[in-house]
Amino acid sequence: MSNVNKTTSARRPYRRPMAGWWKRDPFFVRYMAREITAVAVAAYAVVLAVGVVRLSQGEAAWNGWLEALKSPLSLLLHLALLVCFVIHAQSWFEIMPKTMPMIFIGGERLKPQTITRTGWLAVAAVSVLVFVLALWWQA
Amino acid sequence: MSETATKVIKIEVLRYRPEKDQEPVWQTFDVPYTEDMSVLQGLQHIKDDIDGSLSFRWSCRMAICGSCGMMINGKPTLSCQTFLRDLAPGPVRVEALAHFEIERDLVVNIDPFIKTFEGLKPYIIPKEERKIEQGEYLQTPQQLEQFEQYSSCINCLLCYAACPQFGLNNGFAGPAALALAHRYNADSRDGATAERMEIISTEEGVWSCTAVGYCSEVCPKHVDPANAVNQNKVNSAKDYFLRFLTPRGGK
Amino acid sequence: MSNYKRSNAPIFWLLFGAGGMLSALFGSVLVFITGLAVPLGWIFKPQLLSYERVLPLAQNWLGKGFLFAIIALFAWHAVHRIYHSLHDIGIHTGALAKLLCYGSALVLTVVTATQLLSLGF
Repeated sequence: MSNVNKTTSARRPYRRPMAGWWKRDPFFVRYMAREITAVAVAAYAVVLAVGVVRLSQGEAAWNGWLEALKSPLSLLLHLALLVCFVIHAQSWFEIMPKTMPMIFIGGERLKPQTITRTGWLAVAAVSVLVFVLALWWQA
Repeated sequence: MSETATKVIKIEVLRYRPEKDQEPVWQTFDVPYTEDMSVLQGLQHIKDDIDGSLSFRWSCRMAICGSCGMMINGKPTLSCQTFLRDLAPGPVRVEALAHFEIERDLVVNIDPFIKTFEGLKPYIIPKEERKIEQGEYLQTPQQLEQFEQYSSCINCLLCYAACPQFGLNNGFAGPAALALAHRYNADSRDGATAERMEIISTEEGVWSCTAVGYCSEVCPKHVDPANAVNQNKVNSAKDYFLRFLTPRGGK
Repeated sequence: MSNYKRSNAPIFWLLFGAGGMLSALFGSVLVFITGLAVPLGWIFKPQLLSYERVLPLAQNWLGKGFLFAIIALFAWHAVHRIYHSLHDIGIHTGALAKLLCYGSALVLTVVTATQLLSLGF
């Protein structure tokens, strides 16, 4: 009688492991590739920071930094960094529309693809600007 | 004249019967199918004619109730909307919705979603009292557009199966709950944004989201929860910095 | 009601966003010029990065500002993402990981600022 209201549950919920989740779908692999580009951004920040330090240490130190940039290791590194930065830019403008509220232009809602394309136009414009400034400054 | 099934496809189901299985185990069924059959109908055939113990949720069979979400060949999808003809020659791998605990076979425990969902107050809380005599709320088409797509959510939870952050932490509010919070915040009739912001602005609110974006990919109703969640990072950030300037409690 | 703990994430997220935008816009061209073109002698004259041409840039307020923004914001962007990626791949060292990640960005920021200021005007 005292056991009437006691029931042992037959439930035994099973929790599936998350290990290696990012390998399970190409979408996740692309996400991880995007996230990994952060290492490249960090690496280049360090390269530039070292440059600033060398600059403040005088001409000889600065020239040493310039020489180091010419080494095969540095060239390979910067090639890899370039690839990472391009992937970063591509994935950045791909996800950017998701962070924005609805924008209406003349009654029509701004499409995410338009935002992405505008981002790429901005990259092109900035790159041209930097090129032009550099060509002017080197004179 | 009924079609005679001439084709057979293998459906592999991840079974789990807690009373006898130590852990989930794959079981293969040979399912005769016709061109019009969904995976759900395949499962129903298994339950009706092969193994009555197979457990799975379903209801409307037309992608509006949100009951039949499961992993089909590794992708979160509604089984009533996935067709065997598209998966032929198979085998078709069917597994319970990812990132949730399996109760039995294809049935998962969705409590983690329900708890946060309720906490986010997914209903209109008017800005001020409104009497019947005042008539109905009027909204412009643009005001409607602000929240309409987010109101399409059928709580199928495919987005939770797609979200690795939810998989890593079931305490994360998740795509649908946050999209629905946004649906109400963005509705001109509602005045409870500040209340919802209390959950939205926590670490397990929007700040667990890392913008993977897969949730929006798998949503059968094109709600775009990734947009709702990430928009609210901006709102949460604004709230964080501007809270010292404006009084709380309003929209 | 207010037993919800408000996250401080917005601070780091805004830094992440600013750095992400800056690196998306400027990163590729800067890496190309400083890391490939000038060292290999492509397009630009080698004196573009010579001490005589770079020092005045870094002594100028605008130049300082630009260099500081690039280095610091790149760093804050990167550590925020790296910290979250550690969580993604199952490394949960919590406070220690936070300290190492954001701490190193802070170190880089301070070092860059002091070095740039020490270059004078």
